[in-house]
Amino acid sequence: MNKIIRKEYFSENVVALEVEAPLIARSRKPGNFIILRVGELGERIPLTIASADKEKGTITLVIQKIGRSSSKLCELNEGDYITDMVGPLGKPTHIEKVGTVICAGGGVGVAPMLPIAEAYKKAGNRVITVLAARSKDLVILEDKMRSFSDEVVVMTDDGSYGKKGLITNGVEEIINREKVDLVVTIGPAVMMKFVSLLTKKYNVPTVASLNTIMVDGTGMCGACRITVGGKTRFVCVDGPEFDAHEVNFDEMLMRLGAYKEEEQLEKNKPTH
Amino acid sequence: MTKEEILKAERDETWREQLRKGKKAKERTDLQRVKMHEQDAEVRSHNNKEVNLGLTLEEAMTEAQRCLDCPNPGCISGCPVEINIPKFIKNIERGEILEAAKTLKETSALPAVCGRVCPQEKQCEQQCVYTMKLGKESVAIGYLERFAADYERESGQMSVPAVAPANGIKIAVIGSGPAGLSFAGDMAKKGYDVTVFEALHQIGGVLKYGIPEFRLPNHIVDVEIENLKSMGVQFLTNCIIGKTISYDDLKEEGFQGIFVGSGAGLPRFMDIPGENLIGVMSSNEYLTRVNLMDAANPASDTPVLIGKNVAIIGGGNTAMDSVRTARRLGAERAMIVYRRSEDEMPARIEEVKHAKEEGVEFMTLHNPIEYIGDEKGHVRQMKLQKMALGEPDASGRRSPVEIPGAIETIDVDEVIVSIGVSPNPLVPENIKGLNISRKGTIIVNEDTMSSAIPGVYAGGDIVRGGATVILAMGDGRKAAASMDEYLHQ
Repeated sequence: MNKIIRKEYFSENVVALEVEAPLIARSRKPGNFIILRVGELGERIPLTIASADKEKGTITLVIQKIGRSSSKLCELNEGDYITDMVGPLGKPTHIEKVGTVICAGGGVGVAPMLPIAEAYKKAGNRVITVLAARSKDLVILEDKMRSFSDEVVVMTDDGSYGKKGLITNGVEEIINREKVDLVVTIGPAVMMKFVSLLTKKYNVPTVASLNTIMVDGTGMCGACRITVGGKTRFVCVDGPEFDAHEVNFDEMLMRLGAYKEEEQLEKNKPTH
Repeated sequence: MTKEEILKAERDETWREQLRKGKKAKERTDLQRVKMHEQDAEVRSHNNKEVNLGLTLEEAMTEAQRCLDCPNPGCISGCPVEINIPKFIKNIERGEILEAAKTLKETSALPAVCGRVCPQEKQCEQQCVYTMKLGKESVAIGYLERFAADYERESGQMSVPAVAPANGIKIAVIGSGPAGLSFAGDMAKKGYDVTVFEALHQIGGVLKYGIPEFRLPNHIVDVEIENLKSMGVQFLTNCIIGKTISYDDLKEEGFQGIFVGSGAGLPRFMDIPGENLIGVMSSNEYLTRVNLMDAANPASDTPVLIGKNVAIIGGGNTAMDSVRTARRLGAERAMIVYRRSEDEMPARIEEVKHAKEEGVEFMTLHNPIEYIGDEKGHVRQMKLQKMALGEPDASGRRSPVEIPGAIETIDVDEVIVSIGVSPNPLVPENIKGLNISRKGTIIVNEDTMSSAIPGVYAGGDIVRGGATVILAMGDGRKAAASMDEYLHQ
């Protein structure tokens, strides 16, 4: 049982929860994720850790309400408990000084990007952050990202904030402007796919942090398998970060849809 | 006293002698082996309740009479945890069922579990004098074990095995499956301060996530776990050694001995086209969803795909568990697809028999070569290569050979791949200094189960790569004996 000590709404459907988890706070590294469960009949869902406070013994998670389980989690309040939480899972981000790094985060993907941008900055890199969202109210963590970045570019689909356009437009502009040594991208799978296609064209090494369906998350069930460089890999233990240019995003997008029909049926169920 | 001397002294006790004298061997061997009561096949293929219903007291006491209480009982050496089988059976014969249960617990941490899932026909019952010398069906040791354990549990008079005075030495167990539980039980009896660390949210490992309710109800496992708790074993769920807590942390916190029983890991796939389509999954995923996450329960948040035409690839016990689960979840056609013939199947005979009774189709000498999906990526068909049996291979079984051109396509909407697992990578990757094999298993001294790191022992699937509950338990027991010796040096 992990107690929620702070809840903050980033937007109507995006919630940040600061949760007591002293052991995880102590051992987590940028790029790690956790698996949690809400309620005795709750599903095990993976979430990448946005930040951690070793002294307070807490970690922060940012959740977007999408389906039944994420909604349940978002409905919890300060003082409530998360039934089960295990982690940190996955391999941490490989951090080194490479030169200029673009951190391209979309939607709630900006949250797990936070510790990664921080680590790259501390390793002596020039960090340029590209934040993307559909509209102004969905742009999250801009100030925090700014504190770890040499430059922040905000892109919105509707132009209500920053520049109008997609994340790829923002990334491409920077690549055309200066030498970029690495792109890290986290966000919806379809967004990462297009960032990857773009950077492949320019031959810029790119890492994507993948969030697939998982059950145990500890290297047992294989639900999270994807194809990387023609080989089956497991996101929970081999990832979550992979060379984006080698990831078969189309297959990943297809597999993410495995339970869409069931989820739709669930949504239409009367809630009580 | 040596083990043999203790066995002999117990056999020489008056009550055992009197029982032996009370009935002639001929009268005993003339008795027919008892039949297990089972739920009707048609009824049970639509529910999740236990298939085997157990024996009555009268049946158990009669079956116990068949045991000849041999002077050199082969059955004990056939048991990986060396249960004193004649002693427990003779206790049943004289009606002292609670004593029989106590006997089981002397060496087994999980008697009600073993009585249900052990392949007795390949272990104790294979070594029984009835099988070895008389050419008759063995004493139903497994059924009697289950009977004694169930009787004790239902009586409400559970005995807690005697625990030696606390020695204050802290021992960590990684994984709460059969290997870890067996190890923990033995170490607690020896007076150690034992903590079991479990990665999942429930205790029991494969007994919970893998073996289905209809073969091993979860409440049975929970009773055995409660028993360990009352012996002083502590459990910590949601904790991964090497991730949540490091090996160094454990050492710093004063743990002097560590047993790794972290079990099975990544499922194997065949690397054929279409294997990542929606609806194709490992048996680990399928069974975990249904067993651990209760996905078939409408109130559960975890989804599971419900197939009409479900193919299970493989011929082991996990394949049987999966195919019988698929039947219960409503599959109209639940098929075992296996590349060899039924004779080579590694599954227990009883599981195969039960599956057939429940309407499972057996497509032996068939091997999948491709899965075909629809526009949304759902599996819709599979291509099967027909096989014939060739010369025996390294495993001694006749190897399957493709029949050129003999390919058929059948409709499927769900495929469960059950062709084995590789060991869980988390511990081998995160504890430095272990000796890891090419297959990813932890290499141990087979006599002591000790790893390359002094004080660190391992057993079960993390060492064997895929075996049975009872072999894992045997490893745990062996490791406990040698760790105890090591710590007292």
